[in-house]
Amino acid sequence: MSGMIYEIRDLRLSFPDMAHKPVFGAAPQIEVLKGLSFDVPKGEVLGIVGGSGSGKSTLGRAMIRLLEPDSGTIRFEGTDITHADEPALRPLRRRFQMIFQDPMSSLNPRRRVGGIIAGPLRLQGVQDTSAKVLEALDMVGLPRSFAARYPHELSGGQRQRVGIARAIALRPDFILADEIVSGLDVSSQAQVLNLLEELVRELGLTLAFISHDLSVIRRLCSRIIVMYRGEIVENAPTAQVFDAPQADYTRELLQAIPLPDPDQIWA
Amino acid sequence: MRDARSRVRRPIGLRLWLSGGWITLLIIGAVLAPLIAPHDPLYQDLFAGRMPPVWVDGADPNFLLGTDSLGRDVLSRILYGARLALTVALVAGTLTCLIGATLGLIAGYYRGWVDMVISRLVDIWMAFPPVLFAILLIAVLGTGLTSIIIAIVVIDWTRFARVVRAEAMTQGTMDYVASAQVVGRTKAGTMFAEILPNVLPTIVALLTLEMGIAVIVEAILSFVNLSISTDAPTWGGMIAEGRTSVHQAWWVLVFPLITLFLTVLSFSQLGEGLKDYFDPVLR
Repeated sequence: MSGMIYEIRDLRLSFPDMAHKPVFGAAPQIEVLKGLSFDVPKGEVLGIVGGSGSGKSTLGRAMIRLLEPDSGTIRFEGTDITHADEPALRPLRRRFQMIFQDPMSSLNPRRRVGGIIAGPLRLQGVQDTSAKVLEALDMVGLPRSFAARYPHELSGGQRQRVGIARAIALRPDFILADEIVSGLDVSSQAQVLNLLEELVRELGLTLAFISHDLSVIRRLCSRIIVMYRGEIVENAPTAQVFDAPQADYTRELLQAIPLPDPDQIWA
Repeated sequence: MRDARSRVRRPIGLRLWLSGGWITLLIIGAVLAPLIAPHDPLYQDLFAGRMPPVWVDGADPNFLLGTDSLGRDVLSRILYGARLALTVALVAGTLTCLIGATLGLIAGYYRGWVDMVISRLVDIWMAFPPVLFAILLIAVLGTGLTSIIIAIVVIDWTRFARVVRAEAMTQGTMDYVASAQVVGRTKAGTMFAEILPNVLPTIVALLTLEMGIAVIVEAILSFVNLSISTDAPTWGGMIAEGRTSVHQAWWVLVFPLITLFLTVLSFSQLGEGLKDYFDPVLR
């Protein structure tokens, strides 16, 4: 109980399949999460991998309650948030934050960077916002003058840093990072990952990192959950996943990692 | 730190200058009409009927744009007619915008049954032929300024509702909306603070377009004598009168027509120009 940020039991979630909806009557349901159970201990960096359509983003969005599960339970620091409504979630929201995949669409194009970072702080009633905004910019390694800029005036890597600054400004306990480097070029990817590593260490964050890229996950995460078609096929420490994968699907994923030297194997 | 992505100041385009200039000129003319109009727009002088504009042979220099068949000064009537046209444009345009944009924003962002109700209403509304609907409404409400405004609002709110709904739907799927939810912004708060600013350029462009349309609708209604009282100077009324004597006195038809044309064109161009000017994202 203590020491767990998330306790998730038999989590199920389905979407209506509008493509096969009959003219009259309800659309058939497609089950996207098929009874997932796992824990996230405090301070862990958890990697969630899986192919496209495996349900990893849906799982992430259910964890921070952008989506409501059909059944099962999600406990956040002991509080059941499975079916909590928005007003009940609001005080909890400052403690779990999210960094989005596409920083262009996740930053309101009509707000300046300063306003984007200050928004969450104001909403949660934090005093002395402007100082906190500058502090957050410092932490993600952006010049303070960027507070006056619009998102379209930044590069992709800089925009993703703004996304990170917004998430850490509230000093949450947990951050969900959904494919946050997949839209960036390789050098920006490395910079953003380094930054994230640093922040996790400095702020004592618990992080869930969703990605389809095992080599990124391997660098960052201490434990890996492998998802396949809405189910968890592997949940083990990183080293074990790479050394002795249990599931066939994990082995396939590992073989799909492009290596600098094709004859080399993971040692 | 400045780089290529820093802000670029854009000059105010020719489009904005010309359209804004004409509208400003018209507003000044309308407001100051009692002071600057050379004649009483209602004063008839049958002996000075069908005088041509000053640059044509046989003109009276007192009547710059000539007189109509009853000897009324065309320029003065255009200036007084601008008062009605602009009042209708501003009041009807703004009201249409407020009602239509609000409904469209709610439908596009909240979706669900609210959207169903509003969208079906729009669909049904659009099945009515607009001009006939306007004439029918005036026939029921009676003529007068308020009736014209009500008719335009009742007919045209769907234009805003449709476009704003589509735009709000697009914006609603963006991650910045989800991120507002993640930090605990309320649904209504998100709609006003996050979505509305992104839909605003579209609303502004539509608003000025609507003002142009309001001017046309007012002209149509006065053309068929369903505007305000018969002898009051209106552009549509002048065009209707000019039409009957176009072979003898073309100026009675042509000058109000040009004014109407330039006004409607300026309103729509003003919207496009403002939309570009206020958009922080360089296109």
